[in-house]
Amino acid sequence: MSAPRPANAGVTTGATAGATGGAKDQVARLLTLVPFLHARGQVRLEDAATALGVPADQLLKDLKVLLMCGLPGGYPDDLIDVDLDALEGEDADGVIRITNADYLARPLRLSPTEATAIIVALRALRNGARDETREVVDRALAKLEAAAAEGSARVDPGIDPGSDPVSPDDGALRRTLADAVARRRQLRLTYFVPSRDEESERTVDPRGVVTAHGFTYLDAWCHSAEAPRLFRLDRIHSAELLDSAVETPPEAPRDLADGLFATADDTTLMTLHLAPAARWVVEYYPVEEVRPQPDGSVEVDLLVADERWLQRLLLRLAPHARVVSPPGPTQTFTAAVQDALRLYQPGGVGLNPPDPTT
Amino acid sequence: MTVRKTERLLNLLIMLLVQRHYVSKERIRGILYPDSTPDGFEKMFERDKEELRSLGVPIEVGSIDAYFDDEPGYRIRPDEFALPEITLEADEASVIGLATKVWEHARLAEATTEAVRKLTAAGVALDVSALDIAEPRLSADEPSFDVFWEATQERQPVEFEYRRSGEPAATTRHLQPWGVVRYSGRWYAVGFDTDRGAERVFRLSRVEGEARRVGTPGSYDVPAGTDVRATTHRLAPAPTTERAVVLVRRGAGHALRRDADRVQRDVAGPDARTAWDRLAVTRSGPGLADELLGHAADVYVEEPAPLREEIVDRLRAALRRTA
Repeated sequence: MSAPRPANAGVTTGATAGATGGAKDQVARLLTLVPFLHARGQVRLEDAATALGVPADQLLKDLKVLLMCGLPGGYPDDLIDVDLDALEGEDADGVIRITNADYLARPLRLSPTEATAIIVALRALRNGARDETREVVDRALAKLEAAAAEGSARVDPGIDPGSDPVSPDDGALRRTLADAVARRRQLRLTYFVPSRDEESERTVDPRGVVTAHGFTYLDAWCHSAEAPRLFRLDRIHSAELLDSAVETPPEAPRDLADGLFATADDTTLMTLHLAPAARWVVEYYPVEEVRPQPDGSVEVDLLVADERWLQRLLLRLAPHARVVSPPGPTQTFTAAVQDALRLYQPGGVGLNPPDPTT
Repeated sequence: MTVRKTERLLNLLIMLLVQRHYVSKERIRGILYPDSTPDGFEKMFERDKEELRSLGVPIEVGSIDAYFDDEPGYRIRPDEFALPEITLEADEASVIGLATKVWEHARLAEATTEAVRKLTAAGVALDVSALDIAEPRLSADEPSFDVFWEATQERQPVEFEYRRSGEPAATTRHLQPWGVVRYSGRWYAVGFDTDRGAERVFRLSRVEGEARRVGTPGSYDVPAGTDVRATTHRLAPAPTTERAVVLVRRGAGHALRRDADRVQRDVAGPDARTAWDRLAVTRSGPGLADELLGHAADVYVEEPAPLREEIVDRLRAALRRTA
């Protein structure tokens, strides 16, 4: 058991992967494309490609396959017809015209997985919605559940997203950030740094929003630090779109797939000993290596960029965590613990000598 | 090759969809697999059927002749094949469009997108621009999430290694899952524990290694009237609300100050190094002691007494362990 955990994109089951995926996927696309066109009448190839999220050249290939499909009679009239001249010829107007395919006019019903995924997503939306929107979500849910129930035995999706707010409402923040990136404008952030217990204002040149280790970050050039920085969205207290344009050359946001903290140059590899009560750390932070110990505790190696972060973590976990190596952090930690304990000594109020440094 | 196969699959689908009666294997072979050997046909036909079924195409098997049931036939009922008519108002279509952004889980995100694609194909026009709504993100990072969820759908027992909070080692457990439920920000599998002979919940983040689906799909039923959410709330550790009155050093404790219930400035503090403020704070869920400990000598707990004692005990224990 070592980090990083594989992305859940790698979790697939059944026969979806492999050599047969091509034909099956193509059938799935066609079963959506034909009813899409049937419902809308005249649609241009590019517009259909955009609406269905399929590249236009792939869509054209899919359409050509249709020419060889149709009723089992074997007569030319039995086959589906696609007007290729309208798509490829000199007089092409780009409009897709399909005839003889009325029996495919309706899309395939939702698979159990699809029904589950969309119903649970809507229930999660419902939790985050205000009263008037909640009523809209309820109506949509009722119709979808009815559609999913018809012709299939089970509608219970087996997943309950719960009733607590799923994650902080950062929709507005995300829109502001995306807006700033698209318009290449600067942002003024109020940002909270828990490891230093401080809130700071800074001006940044935003590059993009990225996700890693379950958190979402704004990647930006920070003018206070004069370096690229990642800002966790749940710690951005406010983001103000400024009139000023970004000053640094535009750059794509970093790809964080290889590990957010491992790429920093100024990190120190530290080894921690975690008692069972503190083992959750392994699940929450990217760690390099985990070595289970016979007594149920673990030794874990992790890269620490900011020792203040580590000190705060050790305090939170007290007394279930200690640093095995290097020796420095343990001295700092011991001093902090003694300092905190001094507050609680009998008669301690006001009796300690003032700190000469302040 | 792929194109040929797509044609064959689609032609098979159309053939079975447009016939009112069961179609015999013989006829299917004659029209769609004319050049195949008997063995080759059986294999190809089996595979093609399975691929269509895995897309969700309901292929029915039945007997063509009521008196000679040795010849199976196949058909697809149009009413079971097609998405039922669904008419959505503009605002309903908008929230459905937003649903595609909720899942931060690759498979479920893709499944939601596919569902919305089908709805679009059925004529629903999506417009998400007009809507002002919080966009929640639903993640399911626990590696065992997929196994438990699929097992729930298939009614298939699951075997897994589970480590309870505070216990040193994992033990092998067996569950007939009824559902996967999110509660207080965590995913739980809820079901019937066949080792304990009782209903149980398991926190997915405590499942170690890979959970395994064992036994036959459909081998158990969820008891009638089961409410998985209610069961989880009953069996999972309750989210608690903790309150405390603390003294906080001026210039520190931003996270505490931001959502404090009450702030009283310039009060007598435990030392004179800085000015102190008195804060009343409320936290839902456990972890208030952890949070306060994280502030070290910047925070002094006044009450409640048990919390104050816990803080002092833990600080002393930490000192002993590092000594």
